[in-house]
Amino acid sequence: MDYQQKLNRQASAHRLARGMGWFSIALGLVELACARPLARAIGMRGEEPLLRFYGVREIATGIGVLAARDPAPWIWGRVAGDALDIGTLATRLEGSRTANTALALGAVLGATAADVAVARQLAGARHLSKPMVRDDSGRSGFPKPPEQMRGAARGFRPPRDMLRPEDRPPTIH
Amino acid sequence: MRALVWHGKKDIRCDTVPDPRIEDPRDAIVKVSSCAICGSDLHLYDGFMMGMERGDILGHECMGEVVEVGPGVDGKLEVGERVVIPFTIACGECEQCQRGHFSVCERSNRNQDIAKKALGHTTAGLFGYTHLTGGYAGGQAEYVRVPFADTTHVKVPSNLSDEQLLFLSDILPTGWQAAVQYDIQPTDTVAIWGAGPVGQMAIRSAILLGAKQVVAIDCVPERLAMAKAGGATTIDFMADSVIERLNELTSGRGPEKCIDAVGMESHVGHTLDTIYDRAKQAVFAETGRPHVLREMFYACRPAGICSVPGVYGGLVDKLPFGLAMNKGLTIRTGQTDVNRWTADLLQRIEEGQIDPTFVITHTVPLGEGPAMYRTFRDKEDGCVKVVLKPSLH
Repeated sequence: MDYQQKLNRQASAHRLARGMGWFSIALGLVELACARPLARAIGMRGEEPLLRFYGVREIATGIGVLAARDPAPWIWGRVAGDALDIGTLATRLEGSRTANTALALGAVLGATAADVAVARQLAGARHLSKPMVRDDSGRSGFPKPPEQMRGAARGFRPPRDMLRPEDRPPTIH
Repeated sequence: MRALVWHGKKDIRCDTVPDPRIEDPRDAIVKVSSCAICGSDLHLYDGFMMGMERGDILGHECMGEVVEVGPGVDGKLEVGERVVIPFTIACGECEQCQRGHFSVCERSNRNQDIAKKALGHTTAGLFGYTHLTGGYAGGQAEYVRVPFADTTHVKVPSNLSDEQLLFLSDILPTGWQAAVQYDIQPTDTVAIWGAGPVGQMAIRSAILLGAKQVVAIDCVPERLAMAKAGGATTIDFMADSVIERLNELTSGRGPEKCIDAVGMESHVGHTLDTIYDRAKQAVFAETGRPHVLREMFYACRPAGICSVPGVYGGLVDKLPFGLAMNKGLTIRTGQTDVNRWTADLLQRIEEGQIDPTFVITHTVPLGEGPAMYRTFRDKEDGCVKVVLKPSLH
């Protein structure tokens, strides 16, 4: 893969991350503005404050993704938030709106898969985005190959306070 | 004079400031010929170390020519002599200095009250490194005042270049002490997290001291190539599992000796714990990101030794100390007792056993220092070590 291809891959990863950022903000706004009907629909009636809290979390994460120079940690933050959503929804599957809750759970699982994929692509792109700008393979600092320098200072005695802890005597009582 | 001055987080400027003057009989003034940006300066740049004040002059790796001495220097240093300045200021007389523990000198920190409150007891004064360690002006400047100058210096010969000698001030003895303080045996595998300047020096030190195998862990291609050139086997933690690779290289037993040459700003994003740490650091709920300590404790062979030259500033979270306790690990750490090692290391440089210039990737005028902080922090342009020249414009 040449440098241009690496750059393209990096740009693509960042585009996807920005998409996830906007999605996060949109979802957060829905959770904030429509907490009551949403809670009713997925069997969480009476838990509107929790949904609004999750909405604030989504918005904060989305802003983080869009604002950060490196969005990868924020995308992983979204994955952590998805895990929280999954845990919350999983405990409501026994409720009155099982079908809707299961549907929401499926949607979150899908979003989680997308988040993980974007985070992994970002990690790969970041790694690829650092091509070696200079060949440092000749910078040994030694006058001879390292193998010939191994142990050249072996005669050096560390000060007593830095000697390794003595091995215990090989006796077992 | 011109100096690199801290104005706040990510705000370093090359300002004109008053020249230093003799304040104490044991002071000397040194005209700086070369200075360097240290990895630990980046903790100040990024605002992760407490105790900096707007207007503080940065820098703790410098060398130059003595231009003035106080009356108490007592002939131990003369005007015109060429010296490297150790980053730890040592009085040479207190009980700790007498034992060679210069980094915890009991007298050189002029802000001992703050240090005692924060640390329980005082540590040595340091150049350009927060008011917790004395608030002394640093050496990224045209001139620097050296307190306790009769003991805080290394006289160096004229036949070697600044570049060969400058790193006696910090990174060479730091890498050396990191290796010496776990008493390397010929059967040892040494794993070193971080192939930055201190990690590179630790690799060379471990090779010279005779380790069977040295493993360097990083993700920056230039640094891994440089580590390999120095005799290390390398692990790219973005491409491979560090634990799996270390176990493969040690027949499943783990390395006997481990070095954390990363410190409080470990890489973020490749594992969940690093994201957790970064989030906590952002809200000041912890001061360091101890991913390397966690991984090192996990990877190290039981009854092994962990050496920590990497700088930590205060509190770290979720440190698996039970793991360290149950595996019987020995942990050795501390700032560097620079003067303890410099005579020996200077001799090794003079004999050609090691040439520290290998680590220099950028040499620029002092005025370009602020831009180089960013380049170094972001590891752009293959940057490993920056040398600043106050005489260049």
